Amino acid sequence: MELSDDRHMELREIQKLEGHSDRVWNLAWNPDSTSPPMLASCGADKTVRIWQQGTSGSWVCKAVLEDSHTRTVRSCAWSPCGKLLATASFDATTAIWRHISGDFECIATLEGHENEVKSVSWNASGSLLATCSRDKTVWIWEMLPSSEFECVSVLQGHTQDVKMVQWHPFLDILVSVSYDNSIKVWAEDGGGDDWNCVQTIDEISSGHTSTVWALSFNSAGDRMVTCSDDLTLKIWDTSSNLQGMNGDTDSCKLWKHLYTFPGYHDRTIFTVHWSREDVIASGAGDDTICLFYESKEISDAKPNYKILLKKEKAHEMDINSVQWNPKEPRILASASDDGTIRIWELSEVTR
Amino acid sequence: MASGLINANPVVYERKERQVRSSPTIINENAEELIDQQEIFDYIRDIQDPEHPYTLEELNVVNEDSIEVNAKQNTVRVTFTPTVEHCSLATTIGLCLRVKLMRSLPSHYKVDIRVAPGTHSTEASVNKQLNDKERVAAALENPNLMYMINRCLESAYCD
Repeated sequence: MELSDDRHMELREIQKLEGHSDRVWNLAWNPDSTSPPMLASCGADKTVRIWQQGTSGSWVCKAVLEDSHTRTVRSCAWSPCGKLLATASFDATTAIWRHISGDFECIATLEGHENEVKSVSWNASGSLLATCSRDKTVWIWEMLPSSEFECVSVLQGHTQDVKMVQWHPFLDILVSVSYDNSIKVWAEDGGGDDWNCVQTIDEISSGHTSTVWALSFNSAGDRMVTCSDDLTLKIWDTSSNLQGMNGDTDSCKLWKHLYTFPGYHDRTIFTVHWSREDVIASGAGDDTICLFYESKEISDAKPNYKILLKKEKAHEMDINSVQWNPKEPRILASASDDGTIRIWELSEVTR
Repeated sequence: MASGLINANPVVYERKERQVRSSPTIINENAEELIDQQEIFDYIRDIQDPEHPYTLEELNVVNEDSIEVNAKQNTVRVTFTPTVEHCSLATTIGLCLRVKLMRSLPSHYKVDIRVAPGTHSTEASVNKQLNDKERVAAALENPNLMYMINRCLESAYCD
């Protein structure tokens, strides 16, 4: 899709998915291109739901994963192969589910965090899993050939609740964001046996002035976007050789502030996601979804990010998660406090 | 009085007379009923203080002026005044206010709870915590805390 300044786009609701009995916190599309499109959702009703697109094109709930978590399920993430689903809960555990021909079996429960686990993310190869918690730490787990998980590092550095962890799309670089307002970049050291914080982006380095709730990388992996309680979204850029980030601490101050979107949301921005076609979606406590893109018009040789559209009242309550479909990059899913998930299609307005 | 109380001798104010709400002579059933300051105040005035047998109104933690309502945008802001600057129960009081309004108001209302400026030693951190819905959600899954909050919400007076 070629986005240009003279096109008018709309976000059209395709379907509303109902089933959760309480707030929906997080969504994850299955990345496996061989299976039919699948969406996992999780929430305060302690369940995980698996939605699948039927032959008629409409979405139906195929499975409900329950009885594994005793409290809110805050986050879910598919492994890159799409065979495993990790779910993180306020009950301080992370569960790993194996998906075989429509059935989900809990094959491991990762324990160790002192309290609520807030987010879970797989690295590009699927060999590592990261979790973060209100206990201020980030844990890195390695999946052993026996499908057992071993904690290989406990990363300390955040001074508050860690809200989200996200691996780089193809490198073993991890980014975490926190209630302490900072963004931290973690990489394995030269010896390959420990993980270190290689960069901290805080208020002094043009970072956020309140809780950072989420982040997302572009598919090229040279930019990332963060969103915050300070009502801004910020774009970070690295023009340096990313491979050099591994282990070489001195040259790792790589992520630089590129752009700040102010004033598009009236309340806390809880979620942001960068599509494969370079459309950034954000969702907030003002019930609104905003879409942004980089305009081709050059202004003062600076990147020129613009708003593509603003969808007010996209949900009846706060929006907690927006996720672009990795296979069909114009399909967006959103999840809300109103207990629903909505599937949207981005298309050009025909006049 | 037992020792170890955070505010051993709070100033107690008189409860204001309850206003009888006048019902409009012509009722338009299609008109959306707007929630106002007085309605919100009526929801929260009788919440009991976590450590004293007095209501938040009697301790002047909240009054009518603590409440800002924007009925069109469905937002409510409650600014409360802890009885003492170092009150460690400020977060609990704030959570009581939030839970009470969560239960009383339509679900699409956005509620902000704040400590009055200059009335608490850790004002910014209390405000941040009370308005982080994820931390509030986690706190409300704690049975001990919910027991305490529900005790405060069992109205001291039945009108």
